[in-house]
Amino acid sequence: MISLTNYLIVSVALFCIGMYMVLSKHNAIQILIGIELMLNAANLNLVAFGKYDSANNAGQIFTLFTIVMAAATTAVALAIILNVYKQYKTIDPDKIDKLGD
Amino acid sequence: MAFITLGSAVFVAVTKNLVRSIFMFFITLFGLAGLYIVCLADFVAITQIVIYIGGILVLMLFAFMLSGRDNLNNFLAQRKPFISVKNLPAVILVLLFLVVMLNMVVSVDADNFDWIKKSIANKNTLLPTENTTENIGVNLMTKYLLPFEAISVLLMVALVGAAHLSRKEKKV
Repeated sequence: MISLTNYLIVSVALFCIGMYMVLSKHNAIQILIGIELMLNAANLNLVAFGKYDSANNAGQIFTLFTIVMAAATTAVALAIILNVYKQYKTIDPDKIDKLGD
Repeated sequence: MAFITLGSAVFVAVTKNLVRSIFMFFITLFGLAGLYIVCLADFVAITQIVIYIGGILVLMLFAFMLSGRDNLNNFLAQRKPFISVKNLPAVILVLLFLVVMLNMVVSVDADNFDWIKKSIANKNTLLPTENTTENIGVNLMTKYLLPFEAISVLLMVALVGAAHLSRKEKKV
């Protein structure tokens, strides 16, 4: 049986990779991928702890809610990215420094 | 499974090519689904594959194709070293965070929490033979009905908002 600490370590590593992507990338889509990685790290923890709750399934059900939230976030964020690209012709967040009219 | 997941995630993070990054993200998500199955959460794993790989990644590919024509040229033009000086603050911050979190994970000793010991003693842990999908369905419709409805309203609002944002502007 794999212990919970191993799941926690994998999840921490995933979270740090996601945070690195958010902090260092120059592309809005890659920043979005970083955010998804961080959400997935949280999901992994929920599922790992949910193994010890077979009556209520709280961990797994809230993982489902988180996945739906991630899908909604991605849809809205990609629509915003496309609009920004139409406006500025770039998706580098560092170069978007002008307010619209 | 964990090594597949983490290795492809590292590749996603360090590669300069956006297309390769997105396609390695596929592998990361499949590895995560495998980890969910190891945790005996098969329904969540299937949902992960359907929603993330079927939905989110296709959306990302669409956004990339709609916005990526001159990005590709930029990526080819500027070849940077493996870890550039500009990324150094991010690397330092993330490594320090990793050290702190690992220290905390090791010191908190999650296997000996009270409620986990109690659930093992009460035989409340999931078994590989158990039918989790049926249990999830029943719980979703009884105990977690309010969050379920809230998340459905949120999803509808988000989809309407996304459609509104990406529609063609008629005037102005």
